This record gives sequence, structure tokens and C-alpha cells, in this order.
Amino acid sequence: MHELAVTESILEIATRHAQQAEAARVTDIYLVIGQLSSIVDDSVQFYWDSMAENTICQGAQLHFKRIQARMRCQDCQGEFELASQLEPCPACGSYRLTVAAGDEFFMESIEVEKV
Amino acid sequence: MTVNRVQVVENILNANDQVAQLNRQVLDQAGAFSINLMASPGAGKTSFILKTIQALRPEVNIGVVEGDTAPVTIDADKINAVGMPAVQINTGGECHLDAVMLKAGLQQLPLLEIDLLIVENVGNLICPAAFDLGTHINLLVASIPEGDDKPYKYPNIYRGLDVLVINKTDLLPYIDFRMEYFRQGVEMLNPGLTTFAVSCKTGEGIDAWADWLRGRLAAAKQV
Repeated sequence: MHELAVTESILEIATRHAQQAEAARVTDIYLVIGQLSSIVDDSVQFYWDSMAENTICQGAQLHFKRIQARMRCQDCQGEFELASQLEPCPACGSYRLTVAAGDEFFMESIEVEKV
Repeated sequence: MTVNRVQVVENILNANDQVAQLNRQVLDQAGAFSINLMASPGAGKTSFILKTIQALRPEVNIGVVEGDTAPVTIDADKINAVGMPAVQINTGGECHLDAVMLKAGLQQLPLLEIDLLIVENVGNLICPAAFDLGTHINLLVASIPEGDDKPYKYPNIYRGLDVLVINKTDLLPYIDFRMEYFRQGVEMLNPGLTTFAVSCKTGEGIDAWADWLRGRLAAAKQV
């Protein structure tokens, strides 16, 4: 549960970009979070509501875009969507897998109001 | 009042990662190879560090950073007792070390005299996996009494490992730990992961680990 540190980073990044854009207020924050990133949306939201108070981000809506995890098989080079956390390649049964998508953890954009 | 969309595309832990990069430079310049040692509470992190010191001394100078959530110096005292420099970082309740905390720890150590820096992370299988510290390799100490299902339950920490140590093999006769099941889980998350089965109690397996580490230290010196 490191959502506190994560929420602090979200506030820092959004504030910095809003100031650079000379914005008056941040209204929306778009986050891209892969299925394999162990972050609980509700928990971030919980910290956010109090942490953003009295900042340029007060009242800003957090949007979580979840990315489905995809694995690449090292043996047959096939790709498949991960249903649970651990499963072999459905095509050839191999366990030699690498993450093709699903470990994303970034802020895509913000929406701001300018005076 | 106009509404604008501002492109950001910045990793959420970017600030941490930048400090981690600086830590790595500091360690490289000092010629200190470093290990981020992670485990659940009670897996035997400190015992493993003590065994490693014992195996590599006197040819390797080892420094240790001890991360704990509580303001205690129990672990650092044990390292100091065997004559190696150790600093204790109290995370103030945080569940993991981050790069900024390690930076503060590095400033308190005689890095130029240290060949190997071991950073003992907070006992936790979730949060430490997300924070790059700037160390060179990630090591996990798993232990037999924790159970054979841990790779399946905590996949993220296994995905990011460079080396795995399975501790407390002396307890295998007493615990229902299916080594094959455990290893299969690891293989699915991190194919071909370098793994050592050891017992810090009996010393079993420590020589093989120490030989591997000597090889890594020698390779790091040549770069």
C-alpha cells in the first residue's frame, strides 16, 4: 500500500504541468495504469481528496485508464491477454513469458482552466 | 475561462527514478556494487547479510543500509557488531525505501572504502517492488516457512528480480513446502532466474552464493 507516496507524486506532476501552462485550475487528471501495477484506485482517490485541498488541483477529477496485461511467449512468439496473474501460454503451454503490456504507470494528460 | 488539455506523459514515479539514477552514478563513481535486498518480515534478511559478510571477508569491504519502519537500530547494531559500517534509515512508517531515503543513507557511509553495499529494504513483498533505489541488482530472500505459494500471490516482486535466495532450507523436513510448485511459479514470472537455496542456520548453499557474488563484483570492477 504505497498509494500515499503515489498520490503525492500525482499532485506534484499535475501542479508542475499546470503552472507551466499558466493554468488557474486543474479540472481533470488522466492516469494510465497497467493491470500489473499494484495500485488501488479507491485508495488513491481517498488520499487525493484531502491532499489536493487548497492547491491548484482542488476538486480535480482523477480518471484511471486501466490497461489489460498482455504477455509475450518467448517460445512461440505469440501474445495473449492475461486473465489471472499466472498462466502458461495458451498456444504452446510455455512458461517463458515476458510482459508486453500492463505495467504502465504514468500521467497521460491534464485538463486545466485558464483565466 | 478556457479549458485546455495539457499533454503530460510522465511516469508517476519519475521523481523517484531520477534520484535513483543519481544514486546509481554516486555508487558507480565510488566503485561500490550494490544490492537491493527485499523480503517479507522474518525471512532472514539480516541473517543472510551476516552470512554474506562472513563468507566474503576480509577480501570484500561491505557496507549496509538498514531500512525499517520503526526507529530501532536492532539490525544496524548486528552489522556494526561484526565490524562493518551500517546506517539505519527509519522510514517513518512508510512501507518501503525510496531513492530519496537511500540518498540520505549513502551520504552517511564511507562509500570509497566499500566494495559491496547491501541495502536491506523494509520487510514487505509489495511496495518495495515499485521503487527503484538506484542499486545495481534486486535480490529477494524467500524462506521455506512463508509457504510455496508466494510467487503466485506476489508476482510483481518476482518479475523485477535479478537473483533469488530461498532461505531456511534446514526447515524443509518439517514444512509442507513443494519446491517444484514454488519454482514453477518463479519460472513463469522470471524465466531462468538465478536462484540459490541456502540455510543461514547451517550454512548450506552459502558458498555457491558467495562464489556467484564474487563473480559479479569482479565483473563490476572491470567496467
